[in-house]
Amino acid sequence: MILVLLALLLWALGWWFNIMLARRKPSTAIGLAVPAIFGITLLVVWELMVRGLEISPVILPPPTAIAIKFMANIPLLWGDFQQTILKGGLGGYIFGCGAGFATALLVDRYDFLKRGLLPVGNFMAALPIVGTAPILVMWFGFGWQSKAAVVVLMVYFPMLVNTVAGLSDTSSMQRDLMRTYGAGYWQRLWRLRLPAAMPFIFNGLKIATTLALIGAIVAEFFGSPTQGLGFRISTSVGQLALDMVWSVILVAALAGSAFYGLMAYLEARVIFWHPSQRK
Amino acid sequence: MKPMRRAGPVFSTVVAIFAIWYIMCLPMNIHSAVTSAERAGLEVTPEGAQERVYYGGWSLVLKNPIPANDVWSQSRARLPAPHQVAAELWRSTVVEELTGRRGIVNSGSLSNRGLLHHAIVTLSATLTGFVFGTLLGVVLAVGIVRYRVMDMSVMPWAIISQTIPIVALAPMVIVVLSSIGLQGLIPKAVISAYLSFFPVVVGMVKGLRAPDRMQLDLLHTYNARWSEGLFKLRLPASAPYLFTSLKIAIAASLVGAIVGELPVQRGGLGARMLAGTYYGQTEQIWAALLMAAALAAALVALISAAERRTLRKMGVEQ
Repeated sequence: MILVLLALLLWALGWWFNIMLARRKPSTAIGLAVPAIFGITLLVVWELMVRGLEISPVILPPPTAIAIKFMANIPLLWGDFQQTILKGGLGGYIFGCGAGFATALLVDRYDFLKRGLLPVGNFMAALPIVGTAPILVMWFGFGWQSKAAVVVLMVYFPMLVNTVAGLSDTSSMQRDLMRTYGAGYWQRLWRLRLPAAMPFIFNGLKIATTLALIGAIVAEFFGSPTQGLGFRISTSVGQLALDMVWSVILVAALAGSAFYGLMAYLEARVIFWHPSQRK
Repeated sequence: MKPMRRAGPVFSTVVAIFAIWYIMCLPMNIHSAVTSAERAGLEVTPEGAQERVYYGGWSLVLKNPIPANDVWSQSRARLPAPHQVAAELWRSTVVEELTGRRGIVNSGSLSNRGLLHHAIVTLSATLTGFVFGTLLGVVLAVGIVRYRVMDMSVMPWAIISQTIPIVALAPMVIVVLSSIGLQGLIPKAVISAYLSFFPVVVGMVKGLRAPDRMQLDLLHTYNARWSEGLFKLRLPASAPYLFTSLKIAIAASLVGAIVGELPVQRGGLGARMLAGTYYGQTEQIWAALLMAAALAAALVALISAAERRTLRKMGVEQ
């Protein structure tokens, strides 16, 4: 009971502190501190509530238990990370985004494809493609190849649609200028249209990072070797080892944020000229 | 004029997809087709299924002049032909309901062996979660726009959470909620709600901030309260953003519901797919997949229609 009261008190304290910080003049430090305080308060309240109310660890383990489990199983989780993220996720991501990009160039080149393939692509992008996972697992086996195949299908259409949208994002003034220079197709593509498409391409790449992880993890629910994040989640849930499940989710969260952050970093380097990047 | 110009290319693309599908059936299913031909006493090269394991699909196709129709009519094919999937869809919806022992004609309720029952199970979880997730998302977005401290505390986490594969939580949510006595619709709806929540928050925060300085100043000169500004300016201005988020959210909800059905085999399209995997019923998987696709397409189309109507009535340029 004391722990619960303490949790409520800490929550109020953290919130009050954040209100104080939010009233001050905005700065980078405050912009970082406020969400950090919020997150830490949330973790502490979680810990105290679980201990105070004596919630069973098969329902919700406290954060410290998760942290201990995580630290104790780093080699195991690293193996899962390699299996799911590096082999299945990243392999499929590179191949799928590359294929989507290449198709987009073709679609852009030929108007017939643009009018035929693009509506179909738009339609496919909204579908629950993750549902193809059981079929692809059946075709490509339980290894990482089937996960990569699911990821390819998942990232292909967003990448295609975004790249096509980007390639048509030039003004007639710019195109006229290229024409007065007597630029050929490849020169126009390389000098004008690809750079202009970069914001859209990176948007597609960023959307695809999350989709790639979802595809790689969910595909493992349909069959996997005895390794991988999805495999670990489904077996640990079966054993009611929820601290292990939360550790795996932590790995997935870290991987997802890092993957996305990497793309955002590359975006900032490549399209430093774009208004969205101005400070 | 415009749809006519589009129909031709779209039609030929769809035809091309089906053609590729039929052609790909040949190498995918040739092994089992040759084996059944051998069992029927026909001459095949090479003899013995074990020998043929080492042959690729295309080389077997070239070596064995089996009627293509045999390849397209294998039961439990690795890649069922489109007409097989269509037949399965027909069987598991119309035929099952009309003539099946548990069908709607004979028992008064949708057959639990038919696809419609499973589609409705998934749809109800999707919609319940979607409605709650959207409402919560809008409320949180209003709070974020109203209170600076909420904006600074919650918004970074809402954005970060979009980079995390939240669907991975689904099996855990199902098991945990069932251990405290919640089963059936609610756990799946919780996952759907969670997945539709964040796109709505991020989109609505953008939308509620869409009115520019001039418009806000005008309300200020009218001495409008914040709530009046919310209902008369900010919420109407956020409508285009809301609909864009809703389309993302409903698709995410559906994926959430389907994934949520994997750990517990209690009906739904996800359960149907997994059962199909376990028993090698490929046609059943494809039929469930097409059903899910149709559901997603219908839901997105519904929201798009609502979007067009609403925005036209509001006089927003599209």
